[in-house]
Amino acid sequence: MSLILSAAALRFAWPGAERPCIDIERFEVEAGEAVFLHGPSGCGKSTLLSLLAGVLIADAGQVRLLGHDWAALSGAARDRARVAHVGYIFQQFNLLPYLSVLDNVLLPCRFSGRRMAQATQDGSAHAQARELLARMGLDSSLWQRQAMQLSVGQQQRVAAARALIGHPEVVIADEPTSALDEDRREAFLDVLLAACAANRSALVFVSHDQRIAARFSRHVLLPEINRAALAVASS
Amino acid sequence: MTALFGIAWRSAWNRRFTLALTVLSIALSTFLLLGVERIRTELRENFSSSVSGTDLIVGARTGSTQLLLYSVFRIGAATNNIQWKSVQALSAHPGVAWVVPLSLGDSHRGFAVLATTPDYFEHFRYGNRQPLQLREGKPFAGLFDAVVGADVADALGYHVGQSITLAHGSGELDVSDHADKPFTVVGVLARTGTPVDRTVHIGLAAMEAIHLEWIGGAPMPGLKIPAEQVRKFDLTPKNVTAVLVGLKNRAAVFAVQRWVSTYAGEPLMAILPGVALDELWRVVGIGESALLLMSALVALVSLAGLVSVVMASLNERRRELAVLRAVGASLRHVLALLALEGALVTLLGVLLGVMAAVLGVACLSPWLQSQFGLTLRLSAPTSNEWLLLASVLAAGWIASLLPGIRAYRLSLADGLSPRI
Repeated sequence: MSLILSAAALRFAWPGAERPCIDIERFEVEAGEAVFLHGPSGCGKSTLLSLLAGVLIADAGQVRLLGHDWAALSGAARDRARVAHVGYIFQQFNLLPYLSVLDNVLLPCRFSGRRMAQATQDGSAHAQARELLARMGLDSSLWQRQAMQLSVGQQQRVAAARALIGHPEVVIADEPTSALDEDRREAFLDVLLAACAANRSALVFVSHDQRIAARFSRHVLLPEINRAALAVASS
Repeated sequence: MTALFGIAWRSAWNRRFTLALTVLSIALSTFLLLGVERIRTELRENFSSSVSGTDLIVGARTGSTQLLLYSVFRIGAATNNIQWKSVQALSAHPGVAWVVPLSLGDSHRGFAVLATTPDYFEHFRYGNRQPLQLREGKPFAGLFDAVVGADVADALGYHVGQSITLAHGSGELDVSDHADKPFTVVGVLARTGTPVDRTVHIGLAAMEAIHLEWIGGAPMPGLKIPAEQVRKFDLTPKNVTAVLVGLKNRAAVFAVQRWVSTYAGEPLMAILPGVALDELWRVVGIGESALLLMSALVALVSLAGLVSVVMASLNERRRELAVLRAVGASLRHVLALLALEGALVTLLGVLLGVMAAVLGVACLSPWLQSQFGLTLRLSAPTSNEWLLLASVLAAGWIASLLPGIRAYRLSLADGLSPRI
């Protein structure tokens, strides 16, 4: 199994903060695995995701995406690498409200030649977008609607389709189910996990909700690997 | 980058009401700035165009501003008159091409009466050396003929053939009427935008005729000379108020001015209209700076409004920019998006403001003309107006960039998760 993401001797402190927020010896994500990253709020989950996605750069140590150190890339190169290899799902408000559902799904292809090329491998980007939306259980009558007309649950599924288009190596999801009720949460997890498996995309799924942990192949309790969070807890 | 244009357009369309407010606010400030600037320049233009083509104005010795005020603007009164033989001596001067004597003092329903010679219609010039034109009738020829200015005709509804009577002095008291000698309107002058529009013109002989039985500003009791008998008298004027002088060669202007001021017959003075107008404007022009200051304040307030409108829509955009960043838009893309939108919105607002200003001038100028005697003309923007447009454009763009830069910094700080 090849490594998609690897962090080593990672340390990060927010500007102006006294102590580091992240202090992780080792964290790795292998191709195709579904990692459940959990922990109480304030233990550095969002910060770690930003470091993994190359939005923040570590003070010490390194984060590698497919073997490339984020810190070695320029700002513009990081933007290109991120969209080429990473799909991202927010907690909510994932979509541009004024674009149609289909156009929202196609957004990464518009900004990244690589995502576009991979989306057109078996047909056209539109065809893949439609296929992903269908897999997410979104009826074709919704595809041309404006994104703001959809319910929250439907919007999250569109966001998942968007994260998966063009076969990115890893999908990062930041509490994507927290705005959903229980039934919708289960349905969302079903389609997301199935689509990631079919796509052979690794999934890093962050949540504080223990009830869904059983659905994932690997669990990481962040306070256990983040020594900075331990220090806060013990003090 | 082309992907970005489509998104920018649809994003703008989604916020069209907020953006329309911004465009309107910019349009309004452009309109006000241009309007005030146009009024300011036209005010000055109108003022300095009240007389042209006249090389010297000669009157009894007094202040130059005072001479200008009563001879050109019909404001105030002369303290002394010029004897007729001085006028004759002046017209005999070898450097002088023409003289147009002016006699003031009477009025008709609040409008000044100017007695002059038919040469007035030939030699008097206003604006850019434009001659007077009649929109109706002809210049006066008969003794009791009158030619009225455009404002007089419009305000009182006069046409050729109308019979009018004059009042002595400014006419408010109505006790010393010249009702026994009525005049007939034979001509109406085209509009000039100068005091000529508010003047009733009669011949010098007629002025003499209506004052035949008057001595020292009051009618002699018991003496009545009927209108049909005045022709038996010598109607050569004994004195006039001022004289407009045209020279054969403008270079001789100072020589003739010196000749006038050293004239032995009586104390006289000659002024150069352009110089006297400038002196007068220096007094009147304070209002001009006030107008300019006002328009600057107007622009400042509307730009502040613009910033607050854009700032208010920022939270909405913060989320949008975070999504764009997550799907691969670089910071450069985001900044380009904000700058492009700011530039287009400002440009649209300025264009709309210019259109409104043009429309406003076109629609309001007849009203301004009749109410305030101010002539506004449509013309290509002056260099000052170009400068104003450029500064609105620059200021508006910068004002719309400020929130943009804030959004940009927020999207940097937010990373991929907007904290809302």
